Amino acid sequence: MDTKRHVLSVLVENEPGVLSRVAGLFSGRGFNIDSLNVAPALEDGVSHMTITTYGDPAIIEQIMKQLHKIVTVIKVTEFEDIPAVEREMMLIKVQADGPLRGEILRTVEIFRCKVVDVSPNEMTIEATGNHEKLEAIVSLLRSFGIKELVRTGSLAMRRSKKND
Amino acid sequence: MEYTGSQILIETLKREGVDLLFGYPGGVIIDLFDEIANHPELRPIIVRHEQGAVHAADGYSRASGKVGVCLVTSGPGATNTVTGIATAYCDSIPLVVLTGQVPTNLIGNDAFQEVDIVGITRPCTKHNFLIKDIRKLAETVRQAFYLARSGRPGPVLVDLPKDVLVGKAEFVWPEEIHMRSYNPTYKPNLNQLRRSVEELDVAKRPLILAGGGVITSNAAAELTEFAETAKIPVTYSLMGMGSFPSTSPLSLGMVGMHGTYAANLAINSTDLLICVGARFDDRVTGKLSAFAPRARVVHIDIDPTSIRKNVKVDVPVVGDCKMAMQGILEIVRSRHADRDWGHDHAAWLDTVQDWKVSKPLAYSQDKDGPIKPQSVVEALRELTRGDAIIVTDVGQHQMWTAQFYSFTEPRTLLTSGGLGTMGFGLPAAIGAQMALPDKMVIAIVGDGSVQMNIQELMTAVVNKLPVKIVILNNQYLGMVRQWQELFYNRHYCGTSMEGQPDFVKLAEAYGAEGYRIEKFAELNTELEKALATPEPAIIDVRVEREENVYPMVPAGAALDEMLLV
Ligand SMILES: Cc1ncc(C[n+]2csc(CCOP(=O)(O)OP(=O)(O)O)c2C)c(N)n1
Ligand SMILES: [Mg+2]
Repeated sequence: MDTKRHVLSVLVENEPGVLSRVAGLFSGRGFNIDSLNVAPALEDGVSHMTITTYGDPAIIEQIMKQLHKIVTVIKVTEFEDIPAVEREMMLIKVQADGPLRGEILRTVEIFRCKVVDVSPNEMTIEATGNHEKLEAIVSLLRSFGIKELVRTGSLAMRRSKKND
Repeated sequence: MEYTGSQILIETLKREGVDLLFGYPGGVIIDLFDEIANHPELRPIIVRHEQGAVHAADGYSRASGKVGVCLVTSGPGATNTVTGIATAYCDSIPLVVLTGQVPTNLIGNDAFQEVDIVGITRPCTKHNFLIKDIRKLAETVRQAFYLARSGRPGPVLVDLPKDVLVGKAEFVWPEEIHMRSYNPTYKPNLNQLRRSVEELDVAKRPLILAGGGVITSNAAAELTEFAETAKIPVTYSLMGMGSFPSTSPLSLGMVGMHGTYAANLAINSTDLLICVGARFDDRVTGKLSAFAPRARVVHIDIDPTSIRKNVKVDVPVVGDCKMAMQGILEIVRSRHADRDWGHDHAAWLDTVQDWKVSKPLAYSQDKDGPIKPQSVVEALRELTRGDAIIVTDVGQHQMWTAQFYSFTEPRTLLTSGGLGTMGFGLPAAIGAQMALPDKMVIAIVGDGSVQMNIQELMTAVVNKLPVKIVILNNQYLGMVRQWQELFYNRHYCGTSMEGQPDFVKLAEAYGAEGYRIEKFAELNTELEKALATPEPAIIDVRVEREENVYPMVPAGAALDEMLLV
């Protein structure tokens, strides 16, 4: 079956156990969790989770139903057929000795990343983009030597309807 | 006026219709017990182990359809409830389990008798709460009852820190409970019901599979009417026993690992499987890829996660089984007022009838030989004429009970189907007897299982509950021994139960009556005598030690690969 990456947006009541309920659902039922991001939503007392996961359509259907079944989950959206903006941020520390610095900076330019910290032989780069873009940056910078990498996991939001 | 947390809790329980709770005291809930004494209309039944309290509340709920309530202390009191909670969760039984907790300012400090019971029970409750603010007490407990009994029912745990119970606040009763994140679907989609009937229109070999959901939603009458109207044979899971009269000509008996030949072959041959309130447990399906290979599947369930979880479904119907059955019946009646279903399904009905007759459930009782466990179940059926609540433990005796008692009414077989919890029987029988004081309640148990919660015999004696505990004593963990015999070269490792107490003396030590039956010739008369006593009694029936449960579908095999007698 076709196992694909899926982005789920989950709105939850912000009660103390809710993260554990969601995480426990994935571990207890053997579902994959690729990234998970939680933060307060616009409305007071509500949190927003963005979960990226892998699975075939039957598994994704089951994940969505199971999430819905959690009593404090308000809404579950999957961005497969819904146009969405997806963004993720990452910080990468790369080896940056003398002659290579220029080349790293050029790569940073092309991807519109920012250098946020520099030392004589390292550079820390901040990158924002969708999943594919960040994967591309990582694979390009790998040749310079990545010393550390942290990512936020994806955030996603439905695109506004175009009135045409 | 201000009330203590204990008073608020008790008032809330009363308004929720609670008149008894199964519990056990301890340090952090001592204030609550202190207050309960002032409310004779709320009767605490004190068990001998907290696991017993939960199973008793569970049995009370299964027998009555009401929410069962338990009350235990923090730490070990709370952890002792876990098996009971998981048992109720697997079988969708509505419970509210109230646990004491250390004061909020000590939570997280590894305080004496502190345990994160909310964390521990998260995966085996429908939902759980830790109340930190006394002003939320009444509302939260009310939500717990609402969650426990609505939608797909289940156990809900409420953790009550000591300072919440002794603190003071106004009593505010929320008239309505509304949770925006929780809206179970009761009313099935009419289109899906129509599609279900369209499937039936063209099916040649339809079959109904009834599960525990039929009993939960009190839909047995509707299901029976539907099956009889459209002349559809019916099989059922262990949890569905009693949802359809097993004495009906349309009944094929139980399906699955120890299901009947007719039921398992019918699953294999049907071209339309209408599954009502069953969740296709692996003990029902056998090898999934070979399950109902020729069938289109209509699946009715209130829990969307049950649908398409493991079996491919052509017509999903999310909703309450009773409403779905009513809806389908209505469509069938209006569309097919004159259809002669008996004629249209004649060939199929003949086929299943042949299967029933050619390979019925069978065993042979030698009049001078050891008592066969199946004979005991049949004798109990005769003596009670089916008018009793039968509770079981887990093992061979459970399967023989399911096979040979011939259940005809919902809520007459109380058994741990999903979790398969040994030790369920005796405490659950106590709960059932509390719910239905005038009914005959018989626990048919194993010699292994009964020892897991034997201490509850004291609870039965103290509360003058005339439960009858019939031990099918094979001096083995028989079900495991059967697997060892069949699949492990008779290597009986760890399954002998020859080391066991004298159950008659044990009964007497607890203040109950004890009977022992060893000869087939005495089976009926002795059972009759024992059932007639108004006291709680243990009846130790020595049965053939190495009798096996047949048919048997080996684990992982297809349903039509049954081992017959
Ligand atoms: C708490 C628990 N522990 C272990 C098991 C595994 N198990 C299933 S059936 C069984 C044997 C039960 O023996 P007994 O109660 O004597 O019943 P019998 O099969 O002999 O009728 C065991 C050990 C279980 N179901 N529950
Ligand atoms: Mg035994």
